[in-house]
This record gives sequence, structure tokens and C-alpha cells, in this order.
Amino acid sequence: MKKTAAQLREKAEDRYPELDAVLQRYKGRGGVLIKALQEAQALYGHLPRPLLIHIAYELDVPLSEIYSVVSFYSFFKTKASGRCHLEICSGTACYIQGMEDLLDYLAEELSLRPGGITADENFSLSTSNCMGVCSNAPVLKIEEELYSEMTTEKLQQLLKERATDDG
Amino acid sequence: MTDRLQRGGDVDEGQPRREDSPFYERQNRLVLRNCGVIPPKIDAYLENGGYEALTMALTTLTPEQVVAEITRSGLRGRGGGGFPTGKKWQAAREAPGQHKFVICNGDEGDPGAFMDRSIMEGDPHSILEGLILAAYAVGAVQGYIYVRAEYPLAVQRLEAAIAEARAAHFLGDNILERGFDFDLEIRIGAGAFVCGEETALLTSVEGSRGDPNPRPPFPVQKGAWGHPTVINNVETLANIPLILLNGSDWFNRIGSAGNSGTKVFALAGKVRHTGLVEVPLGTTLREIIFDIGGGLPSDKKFKAAQTGGPSGGCLTAEHLDLPLDYDSLEAVGSIIGSGGLIIMDEDTCMVDFARYFSDFNRQESCGKCTPCRIGTKRMLEILEKITSGQGEEEDLPRLESLAVLLKNASLCGLGRSAPNPVLSTLRHFREEYQAHIQEKRCPAGVCPALSRYYIQEEKCRACGLCARLCPAEAIFRDEEGEIYRIDAEKCMDCGRCLEECPFEAITGGKKRKKAVQR
Ligand SMILES: Cc1cc2nc3c(=O)[nH]c(=O)nc-3n(C[C@H](O)[C@H](O)[C@H](O)COP(=O)(O)O)c2cc1C
Ligand code: SF4
Repeated sequence: MKKTAAQLREKAEDRYPELDAVLQRYKGRGGVLIKALQEAQALYGHLPRPLLIHIAYELDVPLSEIYSVVSFYSFFKTKASGRCHLEICSGTACYIQGMEDLLDYLAEELSLRPGGITADENFSLSTSNCMGVCSNAPVLKIEEELYSEMTTEKLQQLLKERATDDG
Repeated sequence: MTDRLQRGGDVDEGQPRREDSPFYERQNRLVLRNCGVIPPKIDAYLENGGYEALTMALTTLTPEQVVAEITRSGLRGRGGGGFPTGKKWQAAREAPGQHKFVICNGDEGDPGAFMDRSIMEGDPHSILEGLILAAYAVGAVQGYIYVRAEYPLAVQRLEAAIAEARAAHFLGDNILERGFDFDLEIRIGAGAFVCGEETALLTSVEGSRGDPNPRPPFPVQKGAWGHPTVINNVETLANIPLILLNGSDWFNRIGSAGNSGTKVFALAGKVRHTGLVEVPLGTTLREIIFDIGGGLPSDKKFKAAQTGGPSGGCLTAEHLDLPLDYDSLEAVGSIIGSGGLIIMDEDTCMVDFARYFSDFNRQESCGKCTPCRIGTKRMLEILEKITSGQGEEEDLPRLESLAVLLKNASLCGLGRSAPNPVLSTLRHFREEYQAHIQEKRCPAGVCPALSRYYIQEEKCRACGLCARLCPAEAIFRDEEGEIYRIDAEKCMDCGRCLEECPFEAITGGKKRKKAVQR
């Protein structure tokens, strides 16, 4: 049996107190959906379905419209990241300087592919179009930290450090 | 290094310092004059002549005079199209309507360009000043700066700059007490290349999916929420205060005919000194790569340079002395685009390179119109077929007819320019496509399926050493006895022949590791 929006929302209620303050600011204003979603993602790391339902309800926007926006922009994530999220730049300079070797390495060593996450949830991976630091290609980003002129050797070292940090 | 980047700072860090380095000495840094030199704060900007152009214009020039001065300067849009800025402003000024907008396009979608990022982070006030002047010229009351999500530091710096400008009465009501009201807001893009296209940018600013719309109506007629809107690129706007302060005659003396001013190029790839290079339009590729960039890092030969990113094309050694400006690049099938300049050496496979951009365009196609949605996919499929060794002779004409279809039938600039990288590599490196198709060989040794060992006919002296060394007995003497050949079926990829050949006649082998050790 299909649930109504109100029923769906009931499950979500009170789960996102920090967000409600943000949504209050945007309520009833036009052109703010992208901003609201960006703030929500900044708060919770990703945008799971119950969260989107909650936003739809609060901002009085159809859920379908929210999904049309979330699926359009690659910045929005509906799945959770690993404890350590690797973002590899796939811009032209990084491609020419061999970023594919880094992807190959992660696929071989951790069976980790862009958009994926390792079984132990330690690492997840995504690629980005261009981080705007082409002089340092190939580059890798972990949270807000950038690593320049990456090689598979450096990557191996980095993974080792991160795995011990987190475990 | 990591630290520096994290703090954002100058993307040029790690390069030779300004003093007596040819990398800087031979540049003409106008737009970039403040980047990395002064802090991105209003005090420092004011000390260096900041907001003087605005004060001057608001007190001594009418909006019409500002438009006329920009028109006389011949400034053309730095975002890719090269459309005359004065003409655009004129159209927006004349468009009927009380409510008008100006928008700064800071989406910087070309995956290989970072000059806009550098200006937004390093000299945010120059963009603000340009935008306020644009607003004054066309009569806009509200402006937006659209920045991509990948540039969090740029957003932060611009936000701080807006607050400073507001406090100093350069923004807000009754600016400089001249009865002119204007305010600014930042909108953050969310990772979609097509949003750099102006009609898509407008729908994104309005808070929806960034779907492009047909033009006309052009944004200057019907833009944001249906009102006349000027959209200008970051670098275009950063030029405005300079032109008004120094005059259009001064600006016209820089650059080449019909292409006045400087352009910032993002020099990257296989070149010794990478970074932002600002030179007068009309500077040759040779000067940029060899005099400023210091040439290629190894003894490898220059093969090609890509301009205009996924919408552009490549230049080859025969174009080294071509003056780089809007018109001359268009004449050879490329574009200046936003200024990305990627240098490639003989280790780059041009078919694979075309495949890379086709893949990019396919991913970024928004899917609104059929020619682009399906066409980019089909193009990629054909290129993948060729790079994996399944290519057929008819694939090249197929690619060419698809390209024409996309160019003519796509709704927006993304689809219309998507075939450019394929067409230009086909034009300049057709023999490389042929090698993939007919000889099943990737001359650069990049495409994994086609990177078998191969004896180059012109270098082989038929000494027979490799045949004696080969453990798989895969090397045999050609019927005519002039050269040796490798039987691909028997070859085990051990690589001994390549190491031992006294004439370096053997190439190929397993996919070459590209990540360079420095
Ligand atoms: C697919 C596509 C992507 C674009 N990306 C950008 C961009 O990232 N930044 C930009 O300034 N212009 C971009 N443009 C060009 C804009 O549509 C527009 O022409 C430009 O912002 C106008 O400013 P200008 O006249 O100052 O160059 C893009 C165009 C297309 C077709
Ligand atoms: S050309 Fe491509 S990106 Fe542009 S509207 Fe059509 S499908 Fe979308």
C-alpha cells in the first residue's frame, strides 16, 4: 500500500533539528531549492530519501522536483561516503598526467571504483571534473585537503596512513 | 605544497618566483596584477587603485558613456564566445524593462582551466567592481555571482568581499551618494558543466535543474525571471575597471587587430613551468610554450596543444607560430574558449584524447535534446570501438557525419561544440586513427588493447638481434628480408626486444605507466 506524504514524513520528523533552522529561512522564497539542498548536504554529508521527503514537505516542493534537481547536479550525493572519501580529479591536465593509473590502482587493490565504497566502509571514491589546480596534476582530494602530483606510490602510502588513522 | 593549496593561496605556488624568472618576465599581467601580490581585502585593493574606476564613472560618466567606452575598447567576452562586451551591454541597456540583472559567470567548466578561480580567490574586488560598473551601465538593480561548488574558497572570498564592499558603500542603496542602487548575491553551482552555458546558468540561478533553453530570446532580452540580463565571464569583468581607468585607446594598443587586450591561459600538461600565463592576444603558441613555459620537461617532442577544452580543438607543431587570438584559432578549427591550454607530447594518443573529451561531453550532456543526448553517446561508442582495436574503415566517415549532425541540430552550445575535439584530431592526426584501425596499433602506446610490441620499419636495420633473443620465437624476418616483424599471437610481452634493440626501433608494449615520477 502506498504511503501518503504525511505518513512518510512522520518517520522523518524530529530527525533533522539542525536542518529545520535552515529551512525556516528558505520557506516561501523562490529559487532557493539548490541552496537549501547544499546546506542540508553540508550538515549530513549526503541526502538520503527520508531527508529529501522532509525537505519537500517543509519547503512545499514536490518530491519529484527535488529529485530532478538532486539527480541533475553531480555535487549532490544520495549515498553515504566511507570514513575516508577520496576524490580524484579527472580534468584534462590530470588525465594527461596519468590519473587513470590511480583509478586502476584503487580498483586492483581495494576493488574500489568511482561512486563505490569498500566493504569495510573505510574508503569511498568519486571523480571530479576539474579542481582548478591543473599545475599540480594529478591531484587527489581528501575532505578539503589536496594532494599534488600523485603517483601510485604516494597513493599507497596515503591509504596506509589513513587506514591506521581511522582504525 | 599541500598546506598552501589547502589555504587556497596562489595556484601558481611552486613556480619560479616573479623576480627575474622568464615565466613572469615575459608575461603582461594586467588582469592578474593583484593575484598573489596583494591580500584579497578591500584595504589592499583600494591602495592599489581599486574602486577608482567606479568612483570616476559614477561621478563623471553617464551610463551611455560607460557603454560607449567599453564598445570602443573592443573588449570581447573571455568566457569562450568572444562576443563584444560593449554590444551586449548596449542591447541590455536598450531592452525594455525596469528590472534588469547582471550575472558573473564563474562556473569555469573547462576541465583544464583555472584562471577564473585564481581571480575570484586572489582579487575578488576587481570582479565586484566590474559587475557594479556593468550594472550602472545597463541599469541593473540586482546581480549574481555564479560560482561552481568545486571552488569553496572562491565562494568564501567573494562573500567576504561583498560584505566589505557593502560596508564601504560600493554596494547597497544610493551607492557613493549618486542615487544608484545595486546589490549582489552569490549562487553556487552544483557540478554540472552545462550550467556554464548562459541559458542553463539562468535556470540554475533560478534554483531549478540547469536545463538550457533555445535562443533567441537572448538573455539580454529575456533573462533571469524573464528580465533583461547581462551575463559576463569573470575575466571579462575584471578587465572593465582597467579599461575605464586607462581608457579604450590604451586597451586597443594591447593585443592584435580586432583582438584587443590580454588573455589569461592556464598552461598545463607536458610543459616545464605550468601555471597561469597572461599575454597579449596574438602571442604565438611557441612563445607561450617555449619562452614562458620553458619547453617540454623531457626530451620528448611537442605533439599538440588543446585549446578550448571539451568544446575546442588541437593545434600542432605547424601552428607554433600562429598568433593566438579569437579569429586565427577559429580559422584552424579550434577556439580560445576560456583559455585552457594543455600541452601534449608524443606519449599522448590523440584518439584516446578525443575519446576522453567525448566521454566528458557525453556525461555532461543534459539530455534535453536528442541529437546531443544520443549523438554524444554514439560518438563515444565509435571511439571506444577504435581504441579497443575493433575499428573499421567506415568508422571515420561515420564520426564525421555524426559530427555535422550534432553541430547543426543540437539545442545548445554543448552539443554544438561537442564534436570539435574529434573533428580537429581527425583533421590533424588522421594517420593515428588509421594506425588504430588498419594496423591495430596505438603509436603512442596508450590504448591498452593496441599497445603491442611493434618494430618500426624505418628504424629497423634487420640485424636480427631481437629474433635471437626472443624467448617465444615470435620475431621473424620479413619475406623481402628487409626488416623483422613480431608475430602478435606468439608475443608474451616480455619486453626484451625493446630493451636490447641497438637502433631503438621497437615501440609499444603494455600500457605505459603515465603517472610521471618527478
Ligand atoms: C557548454 C558551455 C559551457 C560554458 N561554460 C562557461 C564557463 O564555464 N564560464 C564562462 O564564463 N562561460 C561559459 N560559457 C559561455 C557562456 O555561455 C557565455 O557565453 C559567457 O559566460 C558570456 O560571457 P562573456 O561574454 O563575458 O564571455 C559556456 C558555454 C557553453 C556552450
Ligand atoms: S545540446 Fe546537449 S547539453 Fe545542450 S540542451 Fe541539448 S542535450 Fe542538453
